[in-house]
Amino acid sequence: MLDRASQQNTQHDEASPRPVAFRGAGFAPSAGRSSGWIALALVIAFWQLAGSAGWVNPLFLPAPSAIAVAIYKLAMSGALWQHLSWSILRIGSGWILGTVAGVIVGFAIGLSTLARGVGITFISALFPIPKIALLPLLILWLGIGEEPKIATIALGVFFSTAISVYSGVDAVPRNLIRMAQSFNVPFHAIVRRVIWPGALPSILAGFRISASVALLLVVSAEMIGAEFGIGAFVLQAGNLMQTDQLLAGVVILSLFGLAVGKLINLLEARLLHWR
Amino acid sequence: MDLIADHISHRFGALDVLDKVSFTVRSGEVVAIVGPSGCGKSTLLSILGGLLRPSEGQAELRGAPPANSLNPLTFVFQDFALLPWCTVEANVEFPLAHLPISDTDRRAVIDDALRRTGLADFRGAYPKQLSGGMRQRVGIARALAVRPAILLMDEPLSALDSQTRELLMEDFIRLLADGAMGAVYVTHNLEEAVRLADRIVVLSRRPGRVRETVTIPMTRDERGDIGAREKLLGLQNDLWSLIREEAIDAEREVQHA
Repeated sequence: MLDRASQQNTQHDEASPRPVAFRGAGFAPSAGRSSGWIALALVIAFWQLAGSAGWVNPLFLPAPSAIAVAIYKLAMSGALWQHLSWSILRIGSGWILGTVAGVIVGFAIGLSTLARGVGITFISALFPIPKIALLPLLILWLGIGEEPKIATIALGVFFSTAISVYSGVDAVPRNLIRMAQSFNVPFHAIVRRVIWPGALPSILAGFRISASVALLLVVSAEMIGAEFGIGAFVLQAGNLMQTDQLLAGVVILSLFGLAVGKLINLLEARLLHWR
Repeated sequence: MDLIADHISHRFGALDVLDKVSFTVRSGEVVAIVGPSGCGKSTLLSILGGLLRPSEGQAELRGAPPANSLNPLTFVFQDFALLPWCTVEANVEFPLAHLPISDTDRRAVIDDALRRTGLADFRGAYPKQLSGGMRQRVGIARALAVRPAILLMDEPLSALDSQTRELLMEDFIRLLADGAMGAVYVTHNLEEAVRLADRIVVLSRRPGRVRETVTIPMTRDERGDIGAREKLLGLQNDLWSLIREEAIDAEREVQHA
């Protein structure tokens, strides 16, 4: 091996310099701004082509133009806002309730030995349960109005928020807490000025997950027992084989999810600019 | 105000880290603590600063702290321990925020600390925008803002490059020159110890015991003279010969851990 290497080296002209071969390419993917949109446009264009050319049955997969028309008609008739407002009301109420409770419990678990012992046991036991499975029980407890749907969303949001909050508290560098203690900074000030901002990246990441959970649960809950709401609308459209309407509902859900993601991006940019 | 290590022993579980360590840091005195890796230097500093409860013995203060001191025992950390979400100014202000001092006084204290550490032009910068040396300067400014009687410095220069270390060493010498502030200076670096300390406490390998206390027979001003270099180098060699064998043993122990 060594002999062969030395033979290869001797084949080069020792007097003439040659560039060192570049070997450092790759393994550094960067997200191009336009590539995603172009890919999406291409998929939609192909989808439209498939629909217009009759390659697929429009009952099973309506063309994007048909979905756009369905959305337009929904918006013009006022039904879109009616369904959307009910969904937003449920998501908003459930998310706020679950988040407030999750943040309080998450901080308690992150800061107190007793709360950690009790809280983690309960969370470990209850977190894996699909919360939608509790909806019938919640209907029994709370009646058939909005309360069980909001409670289902709140439960789903609560667990993921509590976990992200206490994980965030745990992730705050201990040296920062010790530094604050070394200056005799009081407990409440350490929580407010060290632990809260230190845990915020994890908390905001948790918001992103809990918003998705809330969206998932509102659709599920509305499919089980609601007259209005995007989930109810999608279910009704499916029952009537109105697949353009069904997909219009799906697109609206997707846009809603994107809007929430954008909002959290803005929050992150504002609150975590120091990163 | 004196700081006394009174028969301090400490163990982590079954691991004995410190064994009856005793010494006194007198008012305005700079005491360096050196010893092999894992001998408990940083643990000892945490105990002296009240951040860790010793298994036996105790850290004591004797005498009143200076009247204007807001935090008599103040740490300067190896990893700077700066709040990344706060600007330089907010980091320096951090230990003052909960204290009952007027806004005017607070402003004056912060301005003075930033000026003394050459950070006046960087008050709006975030830690991520600063070099390692500048970050440590923020850590020092934050410590100075509370007018400590004794600085507890845990390898404050070890995370920095050699040029920055030299510059900050000059800063330390200047800050400690008037004797108004004492220091306990934990370091691996014997050169730093002989340049800065009035006395050097040499700890044995784990469990750390006081093996020897070496007094530097010249003032810090005198150490800057060319003639003193040889003497300091000799002292450094003496210290190294004291800990060399144990440092080798400690190194092997770490590798086999």
